[in-house]
Amino acid sequence: MKIVATDRKGQVHEIEGRDGWSVMEMLRDAGLPVAAECGGACACATCHVYVTDGWYEKLPARSDAEVDMLDMALAVEDNSRLSCQITCAEDLDGIKVTIAPE
Amino acid sequence: MSIETDVAIIGAGPIGLFAVFELGLLDLKAHLVDILDRPGGQCTELYPEKPIYDIPGLPIVTGQELTDKLLEQIKPFNPTFHFSQMAAALSKLEDGRWKLTTDSGTEIVAPVVVIAAGGGSFVPKRPPIAGIEAYEGKSVHYAVRKMEAFRGKNILIAGGGDSALDWTINLAPIASKLTLVHHRDGFRAAQHSVNQMRELAAHGKINFEIASVKALHGDNGQLNAVTLAGADKREWEHACDTFIPFFGLTIKLGPIADFGLNLTENLIGVDTEKFQSTTPGVFAIGDINTYPGKLKLILSGFHEAALMAQAAFHIVKPNEKLRFQYTTSSSSLQKKLGVA
Repeated sequence: MKIVATDRKGQVHEIEGRDGWSVMEMLRDAGLPVAAECGGACACATCHVYVTDGWYEKLPARSDAEVDMLDMALAVEDNSRLSCQITCAEDLDGIKVTIAPE
Repeated sequence: MSIETDVAIIGAGPIGLFAVFELGLLDLKAHLVDILDRPGGQCTELYPEKPIYDIPGLPIVTGQELTDKLLEQIKPFNPTFHFSQMAAALSKLEDGRWKLTTDSGTEIVAPVVVIAAGGGSFVPKRPPIAGIEAYEGKSVHYAVRKMEAFRGKNILIAGGGDSALDWTINLAPIASKLTLVHHRDGFRAAQHSVNQMRELAAHGKINFEIASVKALHGDNGQLNAVTLAGADKREWEHACDTFIPFFGLTIKLGPIADFGLNLTENLIGVDTEKFQSTTPGVFAIGDINTYPGKLKLILSGFHEAALMAQAAFHIVKPNEKLRFQYTTSSSSLQKKLGVA
């Protein structure tokens, strides 16, 4: 599957997503600037992304833990997600995310 | 006044704590500096309740439990902690020792400095509001150090965690007016604090708005209003003279960047024999160092601490011979541990 990621400068990157891995891990492996300070434990809100172009609605709903953690993220929007909580899968092929401001 | 010791450790996370143990076995005394107000670093700040599965011999342990166990393990060596202080400057003295100065003015003089600072210092997150820097320290604050400074102010607090709730409750009686803004009607805070805040709001002692802060207005660093945006995107101006955002902490390398060490992408390059930086006497262990094959794992940091301690011994006690001993069989080690 592919992930279409827009960085903070507006540059678009098409990166490979591996089934079962989190979108955060894919962004980080591609060298994109997600801090992911807690390493994917849904404990820091530094992998915050906006899921755009209709993809947000296709994702499973945020867990309570993610909703709570998003309180610690900045510039939260209706389509905000923590990318460590989105698991790559074939039905998300082409998912569009934008890395949120630091 | 300076404190003199054998080793100054920056960072009281798991690796800094275990370094105390390895140094202690070699009779080296340590002082630790940490910007947080308690030990454990990321383990207790970011994921106290999350299980860790890759600590040798502990199939499952939480960040808090690991920290507690390390504290128990190093207890015989009685380290001194300097909490809520940031390591601010490092300078070399004429006698060859190092002087580590914190932002509170504590000075630690030691022949060896060990940087076990993980990703750096935990600092408050700055909300992405244009021009906020101009107000910081004057009318925008990220912490409440002296409550008196907030007496009579028209305060706006933002956030939905324990800090936001606690300070809403504590500052309400002394503020001229206090408003809490949070983007949703739900909180990630102790239930009794949430209840208390709702009680205050119900009695008109504070205002609670479901909104986000979009812009700041004021002159010369003095705030006089902010623009708030509600869930329905409607925007309005809200008068206030003090803004305290609480969006948790993030990690920044901080002053270590100015210690004159050899850095690669905010990591300190070390050798893999001693885990010493290219500056003799300054070691780096745990997530903050880099070398070929480095893995950012707690267990790697433990190994690095053990080898660092061997090298540190020779710097602190250049004329003494170091004998390698096992805790299982050495009565002198067991005596140090208080078990013999």
